[in-house]
Amino acid sequence: MARELSHRADIRSEIMEINLGPHHPSTHGVFRAIVELDGEKVLNCTPYLGYLHRGYEKTCENKKYHQVIPLTERCDYMGASSNSLAYCLTIEKMLGLEVPERAQVIRVIMAELSRIFSHLFWLGTHGHDIGAMTPLFYMLREREEIMNLFELTAGGRLMPTYIRIGGLARDLEDGFVEKLKAFTDHFDTRVDEYEILLTKNAIYMDRTQGIGFLSLDKAIQLGVSGPMIRASGKSWDIRKSEPYCGYERYDFDIPVERGCDVYSRYLVRVAEMRQSNRILKQAIKLLPEGPIRTVAPGKTFPPQEDIYTKMEALIHHFMLVVDGVKLPVGDCYQCIESPRGELGCYIVSDGGPNPYRLKWRAPAFVNLQTLAEMTRGCFFADLIAILSSIDIVLAEVDR
Amino acid sequence: MNHDRIKDKLTEKFGPDTLQFETILDQMSVGVPSDKILNICTYLRDDPELQFDLLSFVGGVDYYPSSPRFELVYQIYSVSNVQRMRIKTRIDESDGSPACIESVYPVWKTADWHERETSEMFGIVFKNHPDPRKLLLPDEWRVHPLRKDFPLFGTQEDTPDLPS
Repeated sequence: MARELSHRADIRSEIMEINLGPHHPSTHGVFRAIVELDGEKVLNCTPYLGYLHRGYEKTCENKKYHQVIPLTERCDYMGASSNSLAYCLTIEKMLGLEVPERAQVIRVIMAELSRIFSHLFWLGTHGHDIGAMTPLFYMLREREEIMNLFELTAGGRLMPTYIRIGGLARDLEDGFVEKLKAFTDHFDTRVDEYEILLTKNAIYMDRTQGIGFLSLDKAIQLGVSGPMIRASGKSWDIRKSEPYCGYERYDFDIPVERGCDVYSRYLVRVAEMRQSNRILKQAIKLLPEGPIRTVAPGKTFPPQEDIYTKMEALIHHFMLVVDGVKLPVGDCYQCIESPRGELGCYIVSDGGPNPYRLKWRAPAFVNLQTLAEMTRGCFFADLIAILSSIDIVLAEVDR
Repeated sequence: MNHDRIKDKLTEKFGPDTLQFETILDQMSVGVPSDKILNICTYLRDDPELQFDLLSFVGGVDYYPSSPRFELVYQIYSVSNVQRMRIKTRIDESDGSPACIESVYPVWKTADWHERETSEMFGIVFKNHPDPRKLLLPDEWRVHPLRKDFPLFGTQEDTPDLPS
């Protein structure tokens, strides 16, 4: 008895602090958190950000409006086209530019492709974090197809930088629509394949159901948007509530789940991929012929062939490059539904050629705030599942 | 719920002289005195008709060298009414003491990180913030990069860790 007591006295029962990251595969970049553990239970989790902070907003203030577009795509490189879309929509709103019909539809195609692209990679790595190695290879197969499609538009495979102020950089390559059509035709059956791997997988369900609970009340308090809030039971999608790019013409549903857990977030994202595919199919049918960039001298770049043949176009092009476009004095906030939620761009203009202030409302940054709330009281292994269910892109979190 | 209705309600509650309304590109913003920020935010969130329950972001703008120097922008959204608006307030720093404003964390919890970021980027102090540490920048930095008088590439003395 006495011996047992002395043995017990040796057991250290103080709270243990574990440093998670910044270089750890399951942190999806360079994310660091100090986790306070009582045995296996998480008492508190404090994120430490900034390892990828590159001064994005300060850089933008020192660039001309057209030069900012590539920088935006480097924020959320998983849904790259959504970023440049949000930025260009803000500028167009301030300049009062109308975008041609064909460009609108192609923008929708790019935005939805980037949504599928982002959700695919999320699903693969999320499965990987939980211990399901196989799904990632399936997702990467389709992701490759989308990369090939991106490559056809403007050359870039991860970040196409295809969207421009007033329209697009160039028209679609020959054969793009056929390839896109082939992709949309078989993509639904591919999603079925993913679902066979995970949706009814007993281990997966065990690891994710009831884990990472986030009530709707808390979600709204914490400013959560996108698939995260839809998994907490709120049917809120900016494409429906405040349509842009003509989303009101497309027929699609908003997937909503009420489980408020990791599993619900999985279901919502998988359903969203199907809906995005639905939108893509409609967009292919809708795609009209016509110009891909609005003609607004001094605001948008003239078509390439005009620069070679027309004096005025050459002058406008030259002046735009040298002087940049000047926005009217004022401010504007425009947000879109990115793969991660409400992606917003707030620009203050003083009438000069650079943004006086550019504030980037990054959905991953806001959604990551829920981590401490969701992980309190759960097991350490679940923390990894919860972190991956938020779907963070660290480049966007740190900007 | 349209802009006029919000305007009427706010004017009725806080009086006609305290608030400046402005609508640009169909986006409404209201300029408020900085000492009333917490009252106004609480009212906008709790009023059963307005219900601005979601804060999109808190951001700062530096209008150096004009005075008051800083403007704080609160972009808010009502999930049930599908309505957005902006709250703006101007604050200034005086000799030796930094620009100061009450934290809106008690109203919207999401303000936590937004205010921490704004604080380190502009050197604005948010009073009663639950966790006023730096968020993105190194702890030892004493400079505020988003201020207009901060050079783009930093300085050798203040930010020796930046490539020059």
